Amino acid sequence: MKKKIGVYICHCGGNISDYVDVEKVRKAVEKEEGVFLAKTTMFACADSNQKEMVEDIKENQLDGVVVASCSPKLHLLTFRAAVERAGMNKYNYVHANIREQVSWAHSDNKAGATEKAVKVVKAAIAKVRYAHSLEPVKVEAVNAVAVIGAGVAGMRAAIEFAEAGTDVYLIEREHFVGGRVSQWDNLCTTEETGKELVTRLYDEVMKLDKVTLFTGAEVIENSGSVGNFTLKVKITPRYIKKHCNKGQLQKAIEVCPVVVPDEFNFNITNRKAIYHNYPSEYPHLPVIDIKNCTRCGACEAVCESIDFSQKAETLTLRVGSILLATGFDPYEPKKGEFGYGEIDNVVTFPQFKRIVHICDKELIYKDKKIKNVAYIYCVGSRQVDGENKYCSRYCCTSVIHTANTVKKKYNEVYNYHFTRGIRTYGKQELIYEESCKNGDIYLQSFEYDPPKVEKKGDKTIVTIEDVLTGKKELSVEADLVVLVTGMVPRKDNSIGNLLKIPRGRDKFFNEIHMKLRPVETVIDGVTIAGASQGPKNIMESMNSALSAASKSFSLISSGELDLEPTIATVDTTLCEWCGKCAEACPFDAFEKVEIDGKTVAKVNPAVCKGCGMCLPVCPSNALNLVGLSDEEVESMIDVLLTHD
Amino acid sequence: MDREKVSAAPKILVFSTEKISDPAIDMAGLLKLHYPPTVYTIPVPCSSAIKSRWILHALEQGFDGVFIAADGTDCPYGESCTEKTGEIVRKTMEQMKEKGIDPARLKMAAICSVCSEPFVKHIKSFSAYLSESAKKQP
Repeated sequence: MKKKIGVYICHCGGNISDYVDVEKVRKAVEKEEGVFLAKTTMFACADSNQKEMVEDIKENQLDGVVVASCSPKLHLLTFRAAVERAGMNKYNYVHANIREQVSWAHSDNKAGATEKAVKVVKAAIAKVRYAHSLEPVKVEAVNAVAVIGAGVAGMRAAIEFAEAGTDVYLIEREHFVGGRVSQWDNLCTTEETGKELVTRLYDEVMKLDKVTLFTGAEVIENSGSVGNFTLKVKITPRYIKKHCNKGQLQKAIEVCPVVVPDEFNFNITNRKAIYHNYPSEYPHLPVIDIKNCTRCGACEAVCESIDFSQKAETLTLRVGSILLATGFDPYEPKKGEFGYGEIDNVVTFPQFKRIVHICDKELIYKDKKIKNVAYIYCVGSRQVDGENKYCSRYCCTSVIHTANTVKKKYNEVYNYHFTRGIRTYGKQELIYEESCKNGDIYLQSFEYDPPKVEKKGDKTIVTIEDVLTGKKELSVEADLVVLVTGMVPRKDNSIGNLLKIPRGRDKFFNEIHMKLRPVETVIDGVTIAGASQGPKNIMESMNSALSAASKSFSLISSGELDLEPTIATVDTTLCEWCGKCAEACPFDAFEKVEIDGKTVAKVNPAVCKGCGMCLPVCPSNALNLVGLSDEEVESMIDVLLTHD
Repeated sequence: MDREKVSAAPKILVFSTEKISDPAIDMAGLLKLHYPPTVYTIPVPCSSAIKSRWILHALEQGFDGVFIAADGTDCPYGESCTEKTGEIVRKTMEQMKEKGIDPARLKMAAICSVCSEPFVKHIKSFSAYLSESAKKQP
């Protein structure tokens, strides 16, 4: 029990003291058991007050401190650091929020706010009485990271790590780098092509000795925790020798009899079983799609570089931190959604971009020259009844930019945009302006009354009740209907499941807090970047990649990590191993051990996240959280019920 | 509101979560969305960490109601949180019944990090229920 507690009650320059009688609070708490001194202060967070706190602690040998001020989200760490400067263990500090949850919340009731402030401060005093001096859990940090996903975000992050001196394992599931961006042609707003951007990043990555790139690689096992993860990575072979004859390889592609839909072109074209997506793709070596290969031997007959004897390998990597940049999938419309899959000239926006890329002088689809293109926006985004309630944010800009490209490339094409309101935010608005000047037609409907796509004879008609013209019914005979599909999370969430990364309501990876900790996950040492955490354009993906890289780097660069000691503890005298804690723990932090012939639960402090999910399931109440023990919680409850 | 009225309002203990519902309750203050000052918060890391004995202790010692501001599907510790918190509430309500405590004095709602208005709405309606319920007591 603490006997010399210092209490500081903040005016917050009037934010608190305008509604809470801080002097009354001070008087109410100064006689509390264990309170040695109680002061009010104009700004608790000010340097002058922090210095005073440090002096008070040193001079009076205080053993506990409470500051009653703003939300701990803002200044918990400030005051923990201050008490540490005075030589006190920082876990003997308790923060009481009397601003957001008292003075501001009850600014209509000063008496009530003051009464509540007294109890909140008393509860903090009750808690600090039972506080223990704790030491952060120290773990070694391996100065290496795994960046999962070699799209633009992953490659950008890898460069950042390597330049800072960290070893990087860049792990890409596909056999080629670049992700979705390599599928796009000229990009908004630079007009650089996706391939050029990927090439620049790849060249940069290859210059850096610190980066080791694995393609065709998948993380299949994960163990350990922040500072020291062990990953098992399965590398699938290309079945082509590293040093090969390029002429022979080209011939091998030509003679391959297997023809399958080309996913790189969103299935609008076909490819062979031995392939690369485009000639300048990185790494340059083609790959044999072993799932579709019939092993007919035609390629082997013309190319000495084919090597079917190559076997999958499994590598073990030790890293201190993991950065996930696994990207997104384009929304796949349901069969019949705006005619998709039923009307033959209805395509998705990614397919359309590949069509525009492939077609040179004339825009042709299924042997028919395209004159009128109808773009239907928000397909798979902003769904009223569907799962994807969110706006995918990139699509308005991207489709208008593509429409402008179409107009430049094939000047006889007319663009008709069936929208629910245009969101070309920021500088991207200029693209919208350009489109309007090009003569593109914009029509708009509400979310509950989307446009209709119908086949009438050999014609495809798109009809809308256009709100911009007072709900007039307008129709366009479209040669091609483009469904502007948004971003959805990757269908394959195996890496998310493996690393236990929570997903949000939108099913993308969830950050701890979208504003305060935007690239960190609840799994210490695992950061997220790019479109894996939600729809983003390329610039935003790069920004988040740099942010995630710097956050991960700051964790591991010192070689040692301090972890919060607020973890679960087991009272082995009460524990009668039943395994319920292990079942409840989502992080596998419990193990069964023998202590003096008794089977009990043991917590792995480096793995336990301090969530407390194990506490209520223990039938013998053998579990507590450090800082949230029964005596701490129940004493706070008792104090909150006291009458002055 | 004078001092007597403050004390007469139902006392509600809120178990709130540090990462999810606490920011919403903080923001309710920032937005000056008022609720009764007899509502007190104890932060926990996750709503599925709340022990039944804490809830029962609060009710038996004098709180009129306990409100669990649950993480819901936003829980950063995992998707099982909603189910686990629901199970805690179910079990606690059973224990409340056995002890002759009205189970409606325990209320749970998912409060996301920006759910300031829903939080205040829940608290006000819960407070009103507890007041009405107290009046009906013999």
